[in-house]
Amino acid sequence: MTGKKSNLAPLRLHIPEPKFRPGDEADFSDVAVPPVDSVARPDEASLPADIQSLAFGLVRVLDNDHQAKGSWNPNLDADQLRLMLRNMMLTRAFDDRMFRAQRQGKTSFYMKSTGEEATSVATAMALASDDMCFPSYRQQGILLTRGYPIVRMMNQIYSNSQDHLKGRQLPIMYSAPECSFFTISGNLATQYPQAVGWAMASASRGDTRISAVWCGEGSTAEGDFHSAMTFAAVYNAPVILQVVNNQWAISSFSGIAGGERTTFAARGLGYGIASLRVDGNDPLAVYAAMRWAADRARTNNGPTFIEYFTYRAEGHSTSDDPGAYRAAKEFEKWPLGDPVDRLKKHLILLGEWSEEQHQAQHDDLADLVKKTQKEAEANGILGHGMHQPFETMFEDVFEEMPWHLKEQCAQMIDEQHRKFGPEWEPK
Amino acid sequence: MMADTKTMNMIEAINSALDIMLERDPDVVLMGEDIGYFGGVFRATAGLQAKHGKARVFDTPISECGIIGAGVGMAAYGLRPVPEIQFADYIYPGLDQLVSEAARLRYRSAGDFICPMTVRSPFGGGIFGGQTHSQSPESLFTHVCGIKTIVPSSPYDAKGLLIAAIEDNDPVIFFEPKRIYNGPFSGYYDRPVEPWSKHAASAVPEGYYRIELGKAGIVREGEALTILTYGTMVHVVQTVVAEMGLDAEILDLRTLLPLDVEAIEQSVKKTGRCLVVHEATRTSGFGAELAALVQERCFYHLEAPVERVTGFDTPYPHSLEWAYFPGPVRIASAIEKIMKD
Repeated sequence: MTGKKSNLAPLRLHIPEPKFRPGDEADFSDVAVPPVDSVARPDEASLPADIQSLAFGLVRVLDNDHQAKGSWNPNLDADQLRLMLRNMMLTRAFDDRMFRAQRQGKTSFYMKSTGEEATSVATAMALASDDMCFPSYRQQGILLTRGYPIVRMMNQIYSNSQDHLKGRQLPIMYSAPECSFFTISGNLATQYPQAVGWAMASASRGDTRISAVWCGEGSTAEGDFHSAMTFAAVYNAPVILQVVNNQWAISSFSGIAGGERTTFAARGLGYGIASLRVDGNDPLAVYAAMRWAADRARTNNGPTFIEYFTYRAEGHSTSDDPGAYRAAKEFEKWPLGDPVDRLKKHLILLGEWSEEQHQAQHDDLADLVKKTQKEAEANGILGHGMHQPFETMFEDVFEEMPWHLKEQCAQMIDEQHRKFGPEWEPK
Repeated sequence: MMADTKTMNMIEAINSALDIMLERDPDVVLMGEDIGYFGGVFRATAGLQAKHGKARVFDTPISECGIIGAGVGMAAYGLRPVPEIQFADYIYPGLDQLVSEAARLRYRSAGDFICPMTVRSPFGGGIFGGQTHSQSPESLFTHVCGIKTIVPSSPYDAKGLLIAAIEDNDPVIFFEPKRIYNGPFSGYYDRPVEPWSKHAASAVPEGYYRIELGKAGIVREGEALTILTYGTMVHVVQTVVAEMGLDAEILDLRTLLPLDVEAIEQSVKKTGRCLVVHEATRTSGFGAELAALVQERCFYHLEAPVERVTGFDTPYPHSLEWAYFPGPVRIASAIEKIMKD
């Protein structure tokens, strides 16, 4: 070895490792859970430099006894709370049903959002319905909250004859402009600069709509994330940039994305963006943070960066087994609990809900999803022939089909004839 | 029409196209590094911020990913962004946003969202730009489904094609051969530069006009052989053909994708010989696609193998630029080879 300095220990490369692996007993006693209102709610017009401590605290509303407290309490009425609970329960029921459909071989892929429902449902409820959402792949709760037809989501998951995306996209990569929901990309964090560009356009037009974007903590390592943060700060764009820190990026724990060094929220500080760290399993805290950020954006006080501290209860997708890389029962031991359970207990505490009502709603939503699933399956499931017409493969590459795609389309039709006989007709 | 023409170089023609589109369409916005107050390192946007305002023409951070990504978002909002990437060599940080996002938006959302964005970028060598200011990466983009790729070769074409590109509802890469911004290039770097004013294609209408995308231009009609080329090389090829006294047919492809295959087929079937000339590196270059298409469609009309003249498969060197550049000697040698049999 050359370059050895006499009395220095050799350099060491640090490879972060999670505290617990399969076979270990997970213990989260070192995860700090500060009391409610340990970080008070500042004025929406605050300068980022004056509220930097919010990036290191934890915005909370529901305390350990399920009471809503403190300056961040959004004081929602019981109807709104029940609606929030319903939307989260619907998301969970939908996830459970579609996960099972994948396991039954009816589609190729599914991704659940279990444990993270608050980060899409409560955020969507805090936004105006026409604020533009640029989701990652785990925000199905936005669509369910905004009333997007469940059957359309299922048609997309099955890539069936009624899939309005014509069977082109991997399941769950929805697109819903009627719900101000951008087409989901499989490439990570690409939506970040796009959301900023959308917000810049809205601002340049003197519009009133703002945009909101979601990504996971793992994706914050992408260049797109940092480009977006720079643009958002430079142009004071009316955008809410959110990181759902669910601790795991497939099999890589948050330390592989830099989480050992500081909070993810703290990344916003270097850009001069107001940054919040929020209990992502507290639906009221998530709602309050989003509302605060939306008010800022709408009043030309600029972008807000939010980290939701949460936990991915299930695998990344149907394609991985979390038992192969993390300790069992981590979610049960997660110190911030389960958002559905917490809101349920809060409503019960208020005298506005009961175990019986909860069970009845759970069953009703399961029935609704099951009934809708039958409806969707009548339009076909993946790989069973009821797909979109063959020619649609070549449509929408361009507005008008150029000659080379027309030629290739004719070739593909010819191949079908050779496969299925001269009587075969394209459908 | 002629009464309203003005002598313009390529920069002025591009500036005029941008000015007209900013005027005609409130959705058009320009952004890029140094393009606002300063007017761009090549002056393509000079005066446009002062005339159309900062919200329409503005400077961006040095982040091609951010520029293209924000452009996709603006397009999703309903604007028609025209970002400038300062040099084609700098486009790579924005590649994912172009390839996976801009190009796929219409397809993956089945038309829910589209990306009518035109990315302008100076490209090609011959200006002692070294390996980071000389590249011709057009074949990276012709390989991507969902993007149109354009390379103009004159002020007249540049303006008409740029207007058509901006009005197009699909993403367009508009590569501007910077060697010919100020005058056509003969291929002889040691001779004085001829200004555009001595060239017919510098007579540019001052108003609005379009040149249809996907249509090649016939620069010279001839019978002896077909030369397929674009950008700077259109002019170099013309010099060589004139020197050799050859009755060549020269096609300026102008749009690489969608390609005007009809014009190519028609010409090669007539002449029976074909040379492909581009400045970009050879292996997997756009010339390979052209040679394959000509072979597939015109094989029985060919009297000689299709030849390619290209840059070498090395990074663009600084001091040895003119040994690298596919100049008159390389072109003439290839023509001699094709014409021998």
